Amino acid sequence: MVSGLINENPTVYERKERRVRTDSTNSDEFSVEPIDQLEIFDHIRDIRDPEHPYSLEQLKVLTEDSVEVDDLKSYVRVTFTPTVEHCSMATIIGLSVRVKLMRSLPPRYKIDIRVAPGSHATEAALNKQLNDKERVAAALENPNLVEMVDECLSPSFE
Amino acid sequence: MDLMEKNMELIEVQKLEGHTDRVWNAAWNPVSPILASCSGDNTVRIWEQSSLSRSWSCKTVLEETHTRTVRSCSWSPSGKLLATASFDGTTAIWEDLGDEFECISTLEGHENEVKSVSWNASGSYLATCSRDKSVWIWEVLGGNEYDCASVLNGHTQDVKMVLWHPTMDVLFSCSYDNTIKVWWSEDDDGDYQCVQTLDESTNGHSSTVWAISFNAAGDKMVTCSDDLTLKIWRADISMMHSGEGYAPWTHVCTLSGYHDRTIFSTHWSSDDIIASGAGDDAIGLFVESKQHDSVNGPSFNLLLKKEKAHEMDINSVQWSPSKENRLLASASDDGMVKIWQLETIP
Repeated sequence: MVSGLINENPTVYERKERRVRTDSTNSDEFSVEPIDQLEIFDHIRDIRDPEHPYSLEQLKVLTEDSVEVDDLKSYVRVTFTPTVEHCSMATIIGLSVRVKLMRSLPPRYKIDIRVAPGSHATEAALNKQLNDKERVAAALENPNLVEMVDECLSPSFE
Repeated sequence: MDLMEKNMELIEVQKLEGHTDRVWNAAWNPVSPILASCSGDNTVRIWEQSSLSRSWSCKTVLEETHTRTVRSCSWSPSGKLLATASFDGTTAIWEDLGDEFECISTLEGHENEVKSVSWNASGSYLATCSRDKSVWIWEVLGGNEYDCASVLNGHTQDVKMVLWHPTMDVLFSCSYDNTIKVWWSEDDDGDYQCVQTLDESTNGHSSTVWAISFNAAGDKMVTCSDDLTLKIWRADISMMHSGEGYAPWTHVCTLSGYHDRTIFSTHWSSDDIIASGAGDDAIGLFVESKQHDSVNGPSFNLLLKKEKAHEMDINSVQWSPSKENRLLASASDDGMVKIWQLETIP
């Protein structure tokens, strides 16, 4: 495995205050709330960085604005910003976000993951790989990769 | 018969449930009313149509052989053998023994996931392709023996599908490198070379090419891609049949704006209807336009689009070879295989 960390000294940010959601308007217990940006962000903000004991939110790899969602179209796009331009952990981060969303959102959802434009040296290649469904499926049959992804995801399930 | 002038509808005949993970591919047996499907659950299911009730049921499950996803399956021209390609790096050959299937051979050699397998028209060759960027040609010898005849390198990325031409021993492959390659052995001595590459400079695709399909005559081809388009190509194959050398494929037209997610599969029926299956959960059907534009050449129109044909991505669409009716099989991430009939509405 990697002997030296990609980013030795990441900048760590304060976690945003968790807003408590009060549903004062809707009293119909059978109605389904549309899934919004904050709900999706809540699914992914606590995913742990593969190299450091901090969440993707704390490292500002993900922010609320990372999430673009259209619930009517069942579509979400997450844009993440690796902490360094040559981050080789970007694939793991992208995979982790995708897996978490696949497990948390209804199956009707289409999920696109990309790196923030200009934030990575091999942006196009990385985006292509992260969005090739067959490559993702094969990667998730690789026990080593799955182990790494599960480690990143475990804090986000608490 | 001009289909565009009639009111056509794709009616769901039956939903085949059983797979416990996404279904990647469905393949009709060329001679019997049998359908094979393969899945992320590592199995292959064989579905048979009852001659009495006309309904389809699962006859057998081919399991305990592949240890990972089975990505694609293909029947030999005789209908007696089924080849299955798997992420476990192997291609298995199964023989239909009547009440069960037996795995008679396992082809090994690829360095990682095998994505596709195809038999040539005479059943004398098999081709496979893989994420290892190579295409392998296997010779079918007697006694359940398969020999690697050729390893073809040329693609610079993951090869998604291989397909033999319907009438000639010319092999086609398409890839994550956005190109389609044509492989031919000029002296027919088994020495295959890449004789053509269809890329962006020749009006080719601008992203991963997922599938290829030929019309019955083999002089036209359709390809589909992550670039959200289908492309039609043609070649003067009479030239090749008369031994005048290789006839190159040229772009005819591009069908765009019909799907807004990756198009994973396309299939050209024997009566010239092109089906497409995509990540937008829809099936598209296209036919050639009657208006012949002598300047721009043939064009294709949308016959119909079946939205929400499945609950999730469609990975495979295949027309049945049966001449009786227009049956279409579709396979999806939702774990279902569906059989559809294209009908005229009065």
